[in-house]
Amino acid sequence: MKTKVEPNKAVTRPAQKLAAKIFGVGGAGVHLLDRLIGGEFTGASFAAIDTDAPSLAACPAPVKIQLETKLLRRLGTGGDPERGRALAEEQFSTLTTACEGATVIFILAGLGGGAGSGIGPVLARAAKETGALVLAFVTLPFTCEGNRRVQQAQAGLDELRAVADGVICLPSQKTFRLIDENTGVLDTFRITDGLLLESVRGMWRLLTRRGLIQIHFDDLRALIHDRHSESVFASIEATGPARAREVVEKLLAHPMLDEGRALAEADAVLVSLMGGKDLTMAEVNRVMEQISRQCEQAQIIMGAAVDETLKNRLYVTVIAAKNAVAKTETSGELPEQTISRGATARAAAHATPMAPPLTLEQRDRLVSRRGSRGRKPGPQMLQTQLPLAIVSKGRFDKSEPTIHKGEDLDIPTYIRRGVPLN
Amino acid sequence: MFDNSNIIVGLEIGTSKICAVVGEQNADPAKAGLNIIGLGQARSRGVRKGELVDAQQAEEDVRNAIVEAEQMADVEIRSVYLGVTGGHIRGFNNRGMHPVVSADREITDDDVQDVVKNAKAINLPTENSVIHAIRQHFFVDGQDGVTNPVGMLGSRLEVDMHVVHGNTNRLQNAIRLVKGMQLEVDEIVFNGLASSLALLTNEQKELGALVVDIGGGTTDYVVYTDGVIKHTGVLAIGGDHISNDLAYGLKVPLSRAEKLKLEHGSALVDDAAKGQTVTLTNDLGLPLKTINIEHLRRIMALRLEEIFQLVAQDLDQLGLLDYLRAGVFLCGGGARVPHIAELAEPILQMPVSLGQTNSVSGLKSALGQPEFVTGIGLVRFGSFKTRKREGRPSLAQGIKGALGRLLQRS
Repeated sequence: MKTKVEPNKAVTRPAQKLAAKIFGVGGAGVHLLDRLIGGEFTGASFAAIDTDAPSLAACPAPVKIQLETKLLRRLGTGGDPERGRALAEEQFSTLTTACEGATVIFILAGLGGGAGSGIGPVLARAAKETGALVLAFVTLPFTCEGNRRVQQAQAGLDELRAVADGVICLPSQKTFRLIDENTGVLDTFRITDGLLLESVRGMWRLLTRRGLIQIHFDDLRALIHDRHSESVFASIEATGPARAREVVEKLLAHPMLDEGRALAEADAVLVSLMGGKDLTMAEVNRVMEQISRQCEQAQIIMGAAVDETLKNRLYVTVIAAKNAVAKTETSGELPEQTISRGATARAAAHATPMAPPLTLEQRDRLVSRRGSRGRKPGPQMLQTQLPLAIVSKGRFDKSEPTIHKGEDLDIPTYIRRGVPLN
Repeated sequence: MFDNSNIIVGLEIGTSKICAVVGEQNADPAKAGLNIIGLGQARSRGVRKGELVDAQQAEEDVRNAIVEAEQMADVEIRSVYLGVTGGHIRGFNNRGMHPVVSADREITDDDVQDVVKNAKAINLPTENSVIHAIRQHFFVDGQDGVTNPVGMLGSRLEVDMHVVHGNTNRLQNAIRLVKGMQLEVDEIVFNGLASSLALLTNEQKELGALVVDIGGGTTDYVVYTDGVIKHTGVLAIGGDHISNDLAYGLKVPLSRAEKLKLEHGSALVDDAAKGQTVTLTNDLGLPLKTINIEHLRRIMALRLEEIFQLVAQDLDQLGLLDYLRAGVFLCGGGARVPHIAELAEPILQMPVSLGQTNSVSGLKSALGQPEFVTGIGLVRFGSFKTRKREGRPSLAQGIKGALGRLLQRS
């Protein structure tokens, strides 16, 4: 067993200053990290974690943690998450030390293999124990990568969701909508990575840039903290005089947002606009108006910032969070989504130990938090019927769906509005 | 056989029924009314949401309806005005401009033709084609509300047009179906427009009115203000959706849901319905299932409420809700739902009533029914067209031209 850990530079910063650590886990995660280092991430520290020595050796990250035991015979996890998990549990203290001193921890990983799906959740738990906000950015494998990998990825994702504060997940399959027939394999992976990195950058900008209408770190924390929510993330850029309109159009066509459906289902949406000095209030207003029309039920947090280097350009970053608890009540969803959600819910019930072992202190914290949070009034608190059956569209199953503002009107109104019949 | 020249036939290929209405234009100018002399209808099986999904079955149903209408009216049907609808149909307003170049600045007929042509030249997606281009108002040098500018002086002539367009292929599907039966299609007409023609008087159009036609598969609506069409729209939701909701919510087969809707349906959940139940029986008369009437009505009410909300939202965005002083008129099979007007009134915030066909005489059985409004409207549309054509020098050429244009749409 050998572990290379460079001395941890846990510089304690002033509380409001952001100390971020970005971890790349597994082959895909390390690769993502490669592309990330040297960008705009000043003030963040990077660390690569893998079981595979060659992939780590090539990585420019200052901190490299190689998890290795004799059992693996230097062959990596062999695509088995169980091995990855066992390894990570063994080295749990190492991971915890690596996480110390940060207020935000980003975990980048590609799920489906042994390291990403095995080590990722354990790392998230370790990070959580240090008290940081844990955000995971993960990719799910292409469907063609095989059933086993997809299942492993799903199990890993569920585990991550159970421990991390926020999981931004990009099913690689969705990039098929962005590529054409002739796109090479390499390019396809580059696009997938690019989308995920865009989210990381967007989140970074959100956290670091000073804004006119500032999104406080606390807002973000409140939005995703302990919700174990499934967040969808989109970051869009447009230039030119019609940029406000263009941004909204692009946003609604973004593959991550399912043509705006994700917005309609979200119960909390964070929007951050960033433009050059020429950013006008009218533009901000136009974008916000359009977005809030898409998600009428959601709580919207908005931020705007001016960056002088962004001449003539407008960046919009949207995080739509769907609360795992509230999901049962947002009933106006398409059947295929209901199916997939049903499947994940079931998988979660079977496969994941939902509560990770807690220390006494943590338990106390959790209990006290529950006490204060439970009374918060909100639309999610309404008790309605659980959608036990998959919503079928009956005779409209095969006809062209009637979509209006992201809502499928073929589904009975009473179901979409969650009106109970008892 | 009769002379067919003053016979006008409207054919609506609807989602729940196919209906052919035969009307006779009174040649006598003293009583230039329209007389409905025949009606044929058949259950529709090949249509969903107002559009064909099974052409063969639809053809059979259309044939049945046409034969029935022919028998009742004792005429031979050669050509029809075909009603079209579907979620792909959209309406919008467009303005055309034309400079008046003549020396004395007098606006001539040619100028009017030109400006109308300009207004029709619009950027539509290539797969779409125009169904209607309806003149609204002229502007002479920016002066609003001119209805006939010929003979006026001005340097700039503009016109507002309301353009209704839809997907060419989908429109052609219905046209081809009718043509395949050796029938001519005089013209295609948007169903909502046809219904509004049958229901509204000129005075109501002048005051401003909304016509909502809740059909089996779609809800079509048309807005008139100042005597002209200001807006048209189609929602691909209709009575079928109500039945489907009931089938799903009450867990009964679709045919049974349809029956329950007709027998016990209501747009309001009143106190009397609370706790009331009906028991369904099977073929042998044994009790099968108990249905709670309150649930049934709640499901219906929510769906209908949503339809009106969507219409209201759409009009609200265009700022048209405040101009509808004559109120809202309902038609289509959906208008048969008891208390529907009471449900719609608070949502649209104006008087809602069931539409009555006006200035048409003939079969009493057809005139009073909300389902046949579109069919009667199609005949009405046809009568307007033929009246216009009679004024032209060559009737035959006019018809040929109109048909030619129709065919060239594809």
